[in-house]
Amino acid sequence: MQSYWIYIGIFLVVAVAVPIIAVALPVLIAPNKPNRRKEEVYECGIETTGNIRVQFKSQYYIYTLIFLVFDIETVFLFPWAVSLGKLPLFAVIEGVIFIAILFGGLIYAMRKGALAWY
Amino acid sequence: MADLINLIEDWIANLLLGWGASEELTLFLLQTLGSVLVIIICFVIVIALIWVERKLAGRIQDRFGPNRAGPFGIFQSFADMIKIFTKEYVTPEGAEKGAFNIAPVLAMASVLAIWAVFPFAVNVIGADIHVGVLYIVAVGAFGILAILMAGWSSNNRYALLGASRSVAMLISYEIPMVVSLLVPVLLAGSTKLSVIVEAQQPWWFLLSAPTAALIYLISSMAEIGKAPFDLLEAESELVAGYHTEYSGMKFGMFYVAEFLHQYTVGALVTIFFLGGWGGPLAVRWPILGVVYFYGKSFLIYLMISWIRLSLPRIRIDEMLNLNWKFLIPVSFINLVAVASVDRILLDLALPIWIDVGVLFAVNLLILLAALYLAGKSKPALERKEFPPRPVAVPPGTER
Repeated sequence: MQSYWIYIGIFLVVAVAVPIIAVALPVLIAPNKPNRRKEEVYECGIETTGNIRVQFKSQYYIYTLIFLVFDIETVFLFPWAVSLGKLPLFAVIEGVIFIAILFGGLIYAMRKGALAWY
Repeated sequence: MADLINLIEDWIANLLLGWGASEELTLFLLQTLGSVLVIIICFVIVIALIWVERKLAGRIQDRFGPNRAGPFGIFQSFADMIKIFTKEYVTPEGAEKGAFNIAPVLAMASVLAIWAVFPFAVNVIGADIHVGVLYIVAVGAFGILAILMAGWSSNNRYALLGASRSVAMLISYEIPMVVSLLVPVLLAGSTKLSVIVEAQQPWWFLLSAPTAALIYLISSMAEIGKAPFDLLEAESELVAGYHTEYSGMKFGMFYVAEFLHQYTVGALVTIFFLGGWGGPLAVRWPILGVVYFYGKSFLIYLMISWIRLSLPRIRIDEMLNLNWKFLIPVSFINLVAVASVDRILLDLALPIWIDVGVLFAVNLLILLAALYLAGKSKPALERKEFPPRPVAVPPGTER
């Protein structure tokens, strides 16, 4: 069991090292002649003006908040799903009620217009 | 002879022990060798896939595709590789250097790391951990972080907008993906990948959970950000999205990660719904299981390519409505239905083919009912009331 986690650790190190080598290799062989014009921010050929960090829709944040609720919920559902075969019927029904309450939350958010994109 | 891979592994282990290496060192070297091998195979596959994809796209769009470098253009990927390695890096002014440079590495690493836990054959398993499914979900989410880092640090409006779209889109589609993953988990009774694959040996989960398989395929297509869900890099709206400012191999990393992610999704669909390494004679000759595993993943890869080359890009509100108002409710109802039906069938202790038949019927019923209801409801834009458009009236005719 422990050796599996060691394997994952080694795998992660290799998985990070290989892209780093690939990205670092052109530093040695590729040309490097930076200048002001080249380093300008791309914006369809015209010069960028003003602050780049523009304001944008607040909807993005609302979606993220609703996502967080559901994401945490699914993590709670994994133990329930794993032990479904060993649970009494009562526990299965409890899990269904848990999902139903969250489903109610989704419908509430939908009714409130949190999921509308204008 | 039957178990070639473990034979080679034992041979190397004995060789190292014979040279006087300690057992820990032998294990460490073997594991390093295994992970390097898996990752190298990933890169070789990607090089082949880029050619296959371009050739396929060419034929579908009624053109030749690459046909200059070598016979049928098979050396095109190598030519591109040489080109991209000799390209200059351009960092835009005002970019946050740290995040800008880490993002491509993270994008690639997050996809590669998923391969650590895959069962390639009956006894060729990477790390057979108990939380395999959770590991896949957790590590896969780092790709979204990479996109956000790339978009935020590029100091470019298009990149920023593309990255914030990825927030709305990629994380939204993660919910139906994870919820439909719960269905194979509860059918197999474990989050261990080897158990999930073994549980579906004669009867694939595609038969007992077709709705979950379909939802999983759709939402992972959104996760890899390919058309019809490629809104985070819609050329006509956002130039190239989050990687607008990237050049050279840093862009190449995003590109390769995208291809490998598509193949990884194929592998995941294979593990969860298509029986993994399962196939004729796969238990007797594990090497055949490896072939089946990669072959099935390749077929799913081709299917995703086919879908993406056939369908146009959808609008952002359509895409979000598809997720929140169709896929999430359907996946939850499907989960509840499969869980209760599976629990009842477990108590009845019927032969397995009746179980599979009942589950298939329940899934089909849910899918058809959902499609019928979705077909009846009007699109949101038709329900919205717009103010009347001003009509141009020729001068002299006003009342």
